[in-house]
Amino acid sequence: MNKTFNQKAWYFVIPVFVLVAFNAAVPLMTVVNYSFQETFGSNVFAWEGTRWFKEILHSERFHASLGRQAIFTFIILLIQLPLGIFIALTMPKKGWGVPVCLILMSMPLLIPWNVVGAMWNIFALPDIGFLGNSLNSIGFDYNFTQQSGDAWFTTILMDVWHWTSLVVLLSYAGLNSIQPAYYQAAEIDGASRWDIFRYIELPKMKKVLTLAILLRFMDSFMIYTEPFVLTGGGPGNATNFLSLDLVKMALGQFDLGPAAAMSLIYFLIVLLICWIFYSLMMKNEART
Amino acid sequence: MNFYILIKTTDWLIMAKITLKKLSHSYLVNQNNDSDWALRGVDIDWKDGGAYALLGPSGCGKTTLLNIISGLLKPTEGEILFNDKDVTTLNPVERDIAQIFQFPVIYDTMTVYDNLAFPLKNRGLSDIEIDSKVKEIAEMLELSSTLNNRASGLTADGKQKISLGRGLVRSDVNVIMFDEPLTVIDPHLKWVLRSKLKELHQKINRTMIYVTHDQIEALTFADQVVVMHEGQIVQTGTPVELFEKPKHTFVGHFIGSPGMNILPCEIKNGQINFEGKVLPTNTRIKKTNFSKTQVGIRPEFINFSNDGIQVKIKRVSDTGRHKVVDTECKSGNIKVLASASTEIPTGSAHISFDQKYTYAYGDNWIIE
Repeated sequence: MNKTFNQKAWYFVIPVFVLVAFNAAVPLMTVVNYSFQETFGSNVFAWEGTRWFKEILHSERFHASLGRQAIFTFIILLIQLPLGIFIALTMPKKGWGVPVCLILMSMPLLIPWNVVGAMWNIFALPDIGFLGNSLNSIGFDYNFTQQSGDAWFTTILMDVWHWTSLVVLLSYAGLNSIQPAYYQAAEIDGASRWDIFRYIELPKMKKVLTLAILLRFMDSFMIYTEPFVLTGGGPGNATNFLSLDLVKMALGQFDLGPAAAMSLIYFLIVLLICWIFYSLMMKNEART
Repeated sequence: MNFYILIKTTDWLIMAKITLKKLSHSYLVNQNNDSDWALRGVDIDWKDGGAYALLGPSGCGKTTLLNIISGLLKPTEGEILFNDKDVTTLNPVERDIAQIFQFPVIYDTMTVYDNLAFPLKNRGLSDIEIDSKVKEIAEMLELSSTLNNRASGLTADGKQKISLGRGLVRSDVNVIMFDEPLTVIDPHLKWVLRSKLKELHQKINRTMIYVTHDQIEALTFADQVVVMHEGQIVQTGTPVELFEKPKHTFVGHFIGSPGMNILPCEIKNGQINFEGKVLPTNTRIKKTNFSKTQVGIRPEFINFSNDGIQVKIKRVSDTGRHKVVDTECKSGNIKVLASASTEIPTGSAHISFDQKYTYAYGDNWIIE
């Protein structure tokens, strides 16, 4: 067999290299560059080695915002997943109710994030907001701008309102792909409603739920815009999540070196948790 | 009530005679004409322990009928009786039926053992009873070695055996129904599973209903085949009856390969006039007022002869065991099936019909 050896086809890959370089590699390497150096502006840099990394890893401030972030993500996953599945299960499977439900469910997802923050800010204001005013008028002492518990409650409620739909839509798609024969067989086998959920619906939804958990984990772990507009991280540092803290450090205090080191640690945490979670979920898949 | 309990607890008393009375079903709320009905006036009497097949093309209503018998669907009209007891309003569990679907339905996260045990657990049997039943059925289906494996890891035929096993494991089933169960099985395994089913039927002697659009599957599995067409039963009979005396032109077309030759003819004075000749037939023709009359003859029962109907030979295809000859006369095309050794004339020829198997059809139904 005669094979022509010609490596010119590699040129076709150049545009991809350029694109990836500019949208991923160059910005990331800039951050890496900053994370090992100290800068005082005007392009003057001094080598600092791993100092910023050590500082961040030992900083109480970082631990606190990481802790807040972890608790926040944990709580919203704990609420949104079961709630999303439950809503998907109760949604109609045919008729005019389907488009109505789908549109209602998609609406929160279509609203720009800063608008969501602004909406909820006004909605929850204790004096003029509908939610804040109503809560106060029925006897709750509610003020999310001053009480950290209320600020958490409002932030979580906002995120549940904004993102549960995503879990609903994914679960609904998963449920709809189950063949009717499974339900018929279960009926003949005398399975209870719980059995049907446990042995048919949940296993069949596994893939979409893995996706839902991954997406909700990543998005909530990196949440910025909505709490920034709603609480700005306050009161005090009560809702100061990781990305809010990061921006404060980088742009507020102009500590570019530590902020860069924190970005990298932040990035690695997200990457690591996603990887562990995905491998665990897919381990069984590969075996079968 | 007492009688019912007796049936459930004693194996030997299980006798499920199935009777369907004037069964009609429509998926629409309002029905205006015949095509709005998935089933129209179905009457069936099935004996206990028989092997029956429902045969028909896709969309003829056979799955609808099956789902009505199993209780997954409530019929729009008519009633279903098991042993003369009306079960029309009962759900599948109360009817004690088993159904095997087109593709394997298994519980992915359970082991093979748990899959087989599931219907028994739901019926509240003790662990010891469940264990012995499951092992017995696994043995019968050759699943013993995989009992502790996860069911999702099995091949398609293994999974289909589990679906089958979940039906067989219950000793109280009145009827086992198969809805094209071999659709997703590889061709060489189809034979294995089909003979397994036949063997099981002889061993456990339960009523089995097998739905298929494949005539070979139906004819090899069943003692009695019910042919369905556009929501109606067009003929019920043994495979031989369906072949030798189709009661409806659809049965003639659908069963046999190639199907029956059906050609327009005239009926005059109780005789079939075809191509200017009187065709002799053994059946007596009494009624004549039809809007459309046809003559039907299977390719197997046509011979080349010296006189008879004049035809042009168009094409001869040799299938190995016999030759299929396409011929043409004024009224249309006629297929002739000749043995491999027959000399096929070229150009024009004469053919004659075996009068024992020549039938007249009025508005698609046999005239007799």
